Amino acid sequence: MLVQQLANGVFLGAVYALFAIGYTLIFGVLDILNLAHAAIFMLAAFVALSLAGLGVPLVLAFALALVVAGLLGVLLDRVAFAPLRRRNAGTLVPLISSIGAAIIMQGVARGIWGPDEQRFPANALSTAEIHIGSLTVGALDVVILAIALVLMGVLSYVLRSTALGRSIRAVAADRVAAALLGVDIERTIALTFFIASALGGAAGILIGLQYNSVSLDMGARIELKGLAIIILGGMGSVTGAVIGAFLLGAVETLSVAYISSSYRDAIAFGVMFLILVLRPTGLFGKRALRAA
Amino acid sequence: MALLEIENLKAGYGRIEVLHGISLRLEAHTLCAIVGANGAGKTTLLLALSRLIPIREGRVTFDGRDITRASSHSVVRAGLVQVPEGRRMLASMSVEENLQVAGEAAHRGSAGSGVTEMYERFPILGTRRSLAAGSLSGGEQQMLAFARALMARPKALLLDEPSMGLAPKLVETVFEIIAQERARGTSILLVEQNARKALALADYAYVLERGTISLEGKGSELLGREEITAAYLGEITGPSSR
Ligand SMILES: Nc1ncnc2c1ncn2[C@@H]1O[C@H](COP(=O)(O)OP(=O)(O)OP(=O)(O)O)[C@@H](O)[C@H]1O
Ligand SMILES: [Mg+2]
Repeated sequence: MLVQQLANGVFLGAVYALFAIGYTLIFGVLDILNLAHAAIFMLAAFVALSLAGLGVPLVLAFALALVVAGLLGVLLDRVAFAPLRRRNAGTLVPLISSIGAAIIMQGVARGIWGPDEQRFPANALSTAEIHIGSLTVGALDVVILAIALVLMGVLSYVLRSTALGRSIRAVAADRVAAALLGVDIERTIALTFFIASALGGAAGILIGLQYNSVSLDMGARIELKGLAIIILGGMGSVTGAVIGAFLLGAVETLSVAYISSSYRDAIAFGVMFLILVLRPTGLFGKRALRAA
Repeated sequence: MALLEIENLKAGYGRIEVLHGISLRLEAHTLCAIVGANGAGKTTLLLALSRLIPIREGRVTFDGRDITRASSHSVVRAGLVQVPEGRRMLASMSVEENLQVAGEAAHRGSAGSGVTEMYERFPILGTRRSLAAGSLSGGEQQMLAFARALMARPKALLLDEPSMGLAPKLVETVFEIIAQERARGTSILLVEQNARKALALADYAYVLERGTISLEGKGSELLGREEITAAYLGEITGPSSR
């Protein structure tokens, strides 16, 4: 029973992690919270669903929706953040403009897909189950977990061992120093938005698949969790976000199993609150993205 | 035409104008010093040249190209590279990563053989390669700051107080590195608190006073001028050169 719940927690946590990393990357590089992240998460799920509805194979639909999400992120930066950056507008104004962008994206989604919850085509998803001892897991869950872990692995490799990753960490560490070394700051920021938004989009699609449900409010439901995770992990720390996400996933599934599903969020946020009282800077500092 | 030409440059922060029309030339293969009191605008001038703050008026050409409105990275790629005040290490990244970022940024791609060259030139950096740059001593950090700038294979270096905060022996080392680099043919614009040393090394020098050039001339000439000795070499308050 406990093992089963922990397994469920891992499935949930992996997707939370993917989502929360997006906040972390952008916060690390720009010191701002991108409150339109959850809207891109939702839009990507709709795009994947529509493509699947048109008969595009799920894998391809997933990949295309990731690219769309990434490009939306770049567009978001151009429209909502870059103009403010040029005017040295601080961190609060971009927060507000990202909320505005989120509301617009929400409106566009409602216009295109309507207000109702939607499902993937009936035959698109596997319902197979895998039994390991007393443990029962859905084949789909395993695939989702694998995709999430692979994406996180790729991200970690990119950040640690590629020129792009080094330039992202340099901009996060000291934008002026990076500029003086010849790093193209705007290009680096754009690519950071692409990566962060593609990962957020991936999370949206995977959650859509996990629950076989895509809806306008799916972003709003995960947004606070994502923000709580990155605060718990230590703002700007990728490792912290991943650990925080798995922690939240585990606490959520355990509280559903052993206490009551109606207290799930209350308990999850209660635990986070306790941890933050003990460690106000979160599990890791901002330095972790810089060190990666 | 000089390698770097600045005509009537005005720049500042927000509503405050700090530089009120600076004109200055850096000839190829020479060293030009800028001395001036705290707050005179030396760092502001270098930041404007590296295109980190806007140039409000005037014109800057480098290597025959107008860079008045250029982006910071294109200036570096054109070969005008700054070693900033306070060294600005990418503190949590390793020594090697600091060099790699610099090489990759300046050459759009791989850092190539530059990193090993720098280890040959500054062996101490090789022995520290996997340490976080922030954990290096002040002298080692200054060497890394130089090495990082050299990764771009600059035609001209902008040096902002490279000897600041270093022990006398290390100050010597820094000036040796500067002299070496000039001997290799790199042009250097050197901002220094250590005015005596800077003027002694300089082909030409400018005195910057509250945002305007108040005096200019050959380095050796300025070194002999009474008002310079009084104001920037500490002859009146004592023999130390800060
Ligand atoms: N970011 C900034 N915002 C507003 N004013 C600034 C800023 N940086 C510098 N200044 C002001 O601009 C003026 C010139 O400063 P600058 O740093 O260029 O002087 P400096 O000659 O480099 O001095 P130092 O020898 O202390 O390095 C000073 O009056 C300073 O207060
Ligand atoms: Mg200065």
